[in-house]
Amino acid sequence: MRQYSRTPFRIGIGLLILAGVSLATIRHLELGVPWWPGEQRPVWRVEARVDFQASGEPVSVRLNIPDQPPGFRILTEQATSPGYGFTLQEQQGERFAQWDIRQAEGPQTLFFKTRLLPEPQAAQDRESELPTASQVFLEEPSATAARALLTQAQAQSSGPASLARALIRQLTRATPDQNAQLLLDHAALAETLAQLLNHAGIPARLVDGLVLEDARRQQRLLPWLQIHDGNHWITFNPRTGEQGVPEQVLLWRQARGPVLEVVGGQDSQVRFSMLRQTLPATQVGQATATGSVMTALSLYQLPVEQQGMFRLLLLMPFGALVVCVLRILIGIRTAGTFMPVLIAVAFVQTSLLPGLAAFLSLITLGLLLRGYLSSLNLLLVSRISAMIVLVLFLTAALSLIGYHMGFSTGMTLTFFPMVILAWTIERMSILWDEEGPHEVFIQGGGSLLVAILAYLIMSAPLAEHLSFNFPELHLVVLGLILLLGQYTGYKLTELRRFAPMRRYST
Amino acid sequence: MMRWIRPRALQQQGMLSMNQRNIDYIGRYNDRRAYPLVDNKLKTKTLADTWDVPSPALLQVVKAQHEIHQFLDYVAALDGFAIKPAKGSGGKGILVIAGREGNDFIKPSGSRVSLIDIERHLSNILAGLYSLGGSPDVAIIEALVRADPLLSRYSHQGVPDIRVLVFKGYPVMAMLRLATAASDGKANLHQGAVGVGLNLANGHALNAVQFDQPIEQHPDTGLPLKDIHITQWAYLLTMASRCYEATGLGYMGVDLVVDAFQGPLLLELNARPGLAIQIANGEGLLPRLNAVEALPRPHLTPEARVAWAREQAAPSASGVLCSRPSTRRDGVPA
Repeated sequence: MRQYSRTPFRIGIGLLILAGVSLATIRHLELGVPWWPGEQRPVWRVEARVDFQASGEPVSVRLNIPDQPPGFRILTEQATSPGYGFTLQEQQGERFAQWDIRQAEGPQTLFFKTRLLPEPQAAQDRESELPTASQVFLEEPSATAARALLTQAQAQSSGPASLARALIRQLTRATPDQNAQLLLDHAALAETLAQLLNHAGIPARLVDGLVLEDARRQQRLLPWLQIHDGNHWITFNPRTGEQGVPEQVLLWRQARGPVLEVVGGQDSQVRFSMLRQTLPATQVGQATATGSVMTALSLYQLPVEQQGMFRLLLLMPFGALVVCVLRILIGIRTAGTFMPVLIAVAFVQTSLLPGLAAFLSLITLGLLLRGYLSSLNLLLVSRISAMIVLVLFLTAALSLIGYHMGFSTGMTLTFFPMVILAWTIERMSILWDEEGPHEVFIQGGGSLLVAILAYLIMSAPLAEHLSFNFPELHLVVLGLILLLGQYTGYKLTELRRFAPMRRYST
Repeated sequence: MMRWIRPRALQQQGMLSMNQRNIDYIGRYNDRRAYPLVDNKLKTKTLADTWDVPSPALLQVVKAQHEIHQFLDYVAALDGFAIKPAKGSGGKGILVIAGREGNDFIKPSGSRVSLIDIERHLSNILAGLYSLGGSPDVAIIEALVRADPLLSRYSHQGVPDIRVLVFKGYPVMAMLRLATAASDGKANLHQGAVGVGLNLANGHALNAVQFDQPIEQHPDTGLPLKDIHITQWAYLLTMASRCYEATGLGYMGVDLVVDAFQGPLLLELNARPGLAIQIANGEGLLPRLNAVEALPRPHLTPEARVAWAREQAAPSASGVLCSRPSTRRDGVPA
């Protein structure tokens, strides 16, 4: 009658599983979400504090903030600024935190906090157009001194990078020569270097770096020198001539323009404090705010409260899979198809042994009460409703007893689904009347066995980790469940049940 | 080693598994729209009447809580009756009253039931305690079936019933179910009733099982089960076969009783018949189901289908069913 080919169905399942696995792999590679729970990663918490005196006018504050700093990945950015409107802006490759307020007076303090993950391979330069050396006009006698210094340095170097190194050496000598001294009198070291290099036709710029040291406060930005060798920006420490960005240096500002601009205030300054934290690698993965597609699909986008709920809900498919396996492949009988999963979810919250003890005592007491209720000759609906109320009382009583005896688990009894418990008691009671205690123990025991197995799988740290961090893996679970739905072979219990057929086999 | 069997051995015997039954037979041949016809005994009865399949007389239907009192007045005049939830399954919620003693009613087991018990039972039925999914239900009250004494002597209380498995209108397997003390007068195998496999060709007993274990004698009456044979066999099979036209269900169990006065009556239909019938018959269902599926041209009348099915099962026939000789047929006179 209705017989469809199973091939498209199987291909569909294959695609489903493939999609789940590949999405998870992409998430792993792109966001660095680890496959295993418990991995720890160091994270820097950097706080910029902006102070200024507002003069009673509209205030607009602009703070340059890191944009793909080499060696780091930005995890979170956050501003604390009472009364101020806050926006993150991006302009010509620069990123700003902007605060605005109609009127402010007196000392003002604004905070900008960011968390950064050290990442050796992160962020390459994405320069759209090749930078050119800026025009430098030097007055005499500085021009002559500069020319002399450059000639000297060029004689000792072979390319832009070695020229920069040579210049740094000359300017940072313990006793600089006359030319160097002359230039340094007019401008700071880093600025002088940038001017000299630009003068020599090499694109050079100053960037601001922050030396990260654990638990430092009141830190300032230090200038670093960057030159462009035609391919990349190469960073130099102008004070030592060291090439490259040291591991513990965060380049806060790589673009042009000032770090801080305050309109409507004065005496402005920005100070930095920092803290080194260790975070589980999962939290690092979750917080990656790179704006990729995978981030949009991450459940970490949700408010914390909903996250907690989803954490639990996302375990349910595993429970459902366990029920499928045990019922379809093994053939265990349970009271109510998915009652065991709900019980297992409750066990996840109470932990196994206290949960088991509480569950059994609730059911036993409930059955005793049900015996009394049935003698009252009530209508079914009101009997079950009365049962719900009684189960609630029992739960409260057990919680109180547990609390007074010093078990904190008494409190978590509320996680048991009341209505499910009431129905379970009713069903068990009917089952007892109709099929005898034997069937009650078979089905009750089967349900508990399934619930415990489901609990063991759902409470495994790996299961929670994978289900929440890689929600797409549930496509795989779905595929497996669909696949199980096609199984027409014998259940394990049928091999036992049909054993008498051995007599008839030829 | 008697406790387990290898899957390959089961396959060789053509044993139908629960999963395969659900997917390949119930899922494929049973239209969901027809389920209410068999899940609701009231509808089944009406339908059976239309198709000339006799069933126990319907005495009354209790549809609402306030009708219970009227019923109690009415029932005072009755000696024996059966209360059934219209949407009950697996024999749940069936209360059989065989007689009266003073104000109390007597169950076939001899235990007493008070008027209050009956009232509570009825209100439980109405609230949907026994119905699938707990939906509200109605209670139907049927005339008591007086079992054919030829059969009822084999049964410990209760009325023996005959389950015929009908596939696409062809009877493919049959068994007799006998209540035992263990099953509390009920004819459900999983509750401990005895299942006796019946030869489709002539209605003679093949083997018997209780709790899925082979037995020779009835555990309570001690009578040898091999001697059982069902009279009016062809008529009974034709009745079962006709239910296919009535419901359109391709794979169903038809439960019949033989009344001492009215002959075979339809008790109920089951769209999800169990697998124990295979153990009772000592044979797997798959070869027979495959034989029906392989028919190039189905027979149009129930009579023709029954004739074909009996021919297939006859020991002399050279059909697919006899391709594997088995010990069971040797002991049974044809």
